[in-house]
Amino acid sequence: MNPCSALLRSMTAVIGAAALVAALSAPVATAQGQKVLKFIPQADLRILDPITTTAYITRNHGYMIYDTLFATDAKFQVQPQMVDKYELSKDQLTYTFTLRDGLKFHDGAPVRSADCIASIERWAKRDALGQKMAESTEAWTAVNDKTFTLKLKKPFPLTLEALAKPSSNVPFIMPERIAKTDASTNITDPIGSGPFKFVKAEWVPGSKVVYVKNTDYVPRKEPPSWAAGGKVVKVDRVEWIYIPDSATAAAALNAGEVDWWEQMPPDLIPVLAKNKEVKVENIDPLGSMGVLRFNFMYPPFNNQKMRQAVLYALDQNDYVLGIAGSLKNGHACYSFFTCGTPLSSEVGAAPLKGKRDFDKAKELIKEAGYKGEKIVIIDATDQPIVHSQSLLTAETLRKLGLNVDLQAGDWGTLITRRSSKEPIEKGGWSIFHTWLVGPDVTSPALNFAVRGSGQKAWFGWPDDPKIEELRDAWFAATDPASSKKAAEAVQLRAFDFVPYVPTAQFILPTAYRTNLSGVIIAPITLMWNVEKK
Amino acid sequence: MIAYIVRRLFSTIVVMAVVAFVVFSLLYLTPGDPAAIIAGDIATDEDIRRIHARLGLDDPFLVQFGRWVWSLAHGDLGTSIFTNLPVTQLIGQRVEPTLSLTLCTLVIAILVAVPLGVVAAAKAGSWLDRGVMSFSVLGFSVPVFVFAYILILTFSVQLDWLPVQGYRSFRDGVWEWLRHLILPSVALGTVYVALITRMTRASMLDVLAQDYIRTAEAKGLAPKQVLIGHALKNAAIPVVTIIGVGVALLISGAIVTETVFALPGIGRLTVDAILRRDYPIIQGVILIFSAIYVLVNLAVDLSYVLFDPRIRLT
Repeated sequence: MNPCSALLRSMTAVIGAAALVAALSAPVATAQGQKVLKFIPQADLRILDPITTTAYITRNHGYMIYDTLFATDAKFQVQPQMVDKYELSKDQLTYTFTLRDGLKFHDGAPVRSADCIASIERWAKRDALGQKMAESTEAWTAVNDKTFTLKLKKPFPLTLEALAKPSSNVPFIMPERIAKTDASTNITDPIGSGPFKFVKAEWVPGSKVVYVKNTDYVPRKEPPSWAAGGKVVKVDRVEWIYIPDSATAAAALNAGEVDWWEQMPPDLIPVLAKNKEVKVENIDPLGSMGVLRFNFMYPPFNNQKMRQAVLYALDQNDYVLGIAGSLKNGHACYSFFTCGTPLSSEVGAAPLKGKRDFDKAKELIKEAGYKGEKIVIIDATDQPIVHSQSLLTAETLRKLGLNVDLQAGDWGTLITRRSSKEPIEKGGWSIFHTWLVGPDVTSPALNFAVRGSGQKAWFGWPDDPKIEELRDAWFAATDPASSKKAAEAVQLRAFDFVPYVPTAQFILPTAYRTNLSGVIIAPITLMWNVEKK
Repeated sequence: MIAYIVRRLFSTIVVMAVVAFVVFSLLYLTPGDPAAIIAGDIATDEDIRRIHARLGLDDPFLVQFGRWVWSLAHGDLGTSIFTNLPVTQLIGQRVEPTLSLTLCTLVIAILVAVPLGVVAAAKAGSWLDRGVMSFSVLGFSVPVFVFAYILILTFSVQLDWLPVQGYRSFRDGVWEWLRHLILPSVALGTVYVALITRMTRASMLDVLAQDYIRTAEAKGLAPKQVLIGHALKNAAIPVVTIIGVGVALLISGAIVTETVFALPGIGRLTVDAILRRDYPIIQGVILIFSAIYVLVNLAVDLSYVLFDPRIRLT
């Protein structure tokens, strides 16, 4: 026998053996009749504690397993969720809350007033709005297991808005024994009273997260609206399958191996849109806002005129295209508060709108006395939203004749480096980019990037007592009209002081198989009400 | 022989100690702060400082290193900074997919590459030889991810024969396990097929030019007997060496394949840990990789005795 036929024989033997194995092996065991929703999340779930981190993936995990006292609906109205009824005393200083019947944690224990108080107190140690509320709080007191009170030192008109905060950090309710954990230490026991239960034994970080329906959950009777209303679960099990590669994720959805892909890069939208069994949809009514943040500690952006110059040169439409690939997936938003929400306006936005005025920008740079100082833009090439903004900003600033050094790295390096208060010669920075989801920037209370609290402010550390005063005045507003007016005053000052530049409002669409229905339109991905046929 | 093995195993401990120190030092000096990543995008300086203190990241280098070595000496690789799960558990979750992928790739590579290399050498200069060599060049040249996407598009999306992604345990059934491994193994195996084919061909050509082969042919032995019984056995040492190196490379080099096919293996665990600066995982994985490298090399060295009885390990 010659070598070729020997080779053929050996290959035939291997194929035959494989076929034999295939024929003899048992099919995979699947739970009979179970409805399993397979979902590709936008990030890997690493931290289970929605209080210690502001990561959106952990917030979404929080909505799966926890419940909230109140929730915000699609009309931006606060609705009771775990709370059955509540009262505010005539002097506006005492709230009394009564819990709904039938609320139970996943370990079978009933939800008590003590659990709610401990959870809110832990949340208030971390969340900016919670901290503001805590400043006005005298005491939380349990009247009995189902009723508790909040006694205020002075009226805090945003109490219910704070308890219904839709995005990070969300005041989720946990058992008291867990909520007593230090607010900086991650909890390790993910027990909530929400519509799904977390299956810790099946959690493979970096790959898979499993939830099962909480059959003890008693939903409200109202229809779902954002995070408010009835959380009726219509599947038995949800699997979050983290697929880091976008092309693979698209192929998996096209092939029907998964049912839903939370967020896709814009270049893959046409690929999925061709498949009649896949629906590409914008389910996020608020989208996200791009951010260009300055370092206020060192030249040149410690000079107000330099920051104003950027306003005159930056074109938001370029950023929409850069981030979202098409003007269908975003638009210019000349507001510090999410466009499409009650407090958004274009007050003071003239420098950022209309035809770009490079002459005016150059004039401001000249007035600022710019001496050619190096501008370091820290970039994260592994985050397309950050990377595209960084490239556009570098190009815009170069057109203005500025000395730009675009320094590429990864996201992990960027978020470490941006906390450096050193000058650029020692690893500091001048500009970084990020993005904030719409619900995080709807008001002066939530938009932390607009604050001017100096060394206590967000990275960049702008120091502007005036904007802080205006923000405090907004907190004191008691009706929608005065609230709107106070927010406009904050924005007017912000366009003058320029704590950051809003670069665009964009929406990264979601895609799901057409056998799914009931996907909730909301700025957070929510999984109740979703039905699989 | 026994003394040789004991000596080599002892040297493994020394190598691991050096690796441990170097890895810890490098990570200490690498830019990046897990506290900043844990705190999230909208955290404040104060949030980061608090987490920093809790994780002990403010302690001096020697204190941190000493703490790690002490845990290591007690068989504890530490706990993931992010998930709070023990590193041993996280690695344990990932071992099966990576070993399965390595095993399947190796089987495919050896079953395909060794016969191809032998045939190419036996028919040196023929169209068959040129064809095999062209395939080999292609295997080297096409990046794994390109080949992976072509396989996914053809066999998963178009033909719907095999799954796009994911891993099923052997316990879920042999066929389910195998069908999730076929495409990743073929994609990853291509470069190893190319490598082993070229090595086998070159080694065989060298042996086939030896006097004893001519003598064997002159004695009237069948070509198959000459090739397999005499030539291949004597050409095996370089081939075994390259397969051994390949095993070590496969374990660490499967990162791209694991990412494209969403296999929850050790490669992806490592990359994810590096991206988010989860130091205990990085340290644990590198230590284990180092041990595997050393042990695979030892196994290769020991195998030489089987192929060439003249070799004595002392």
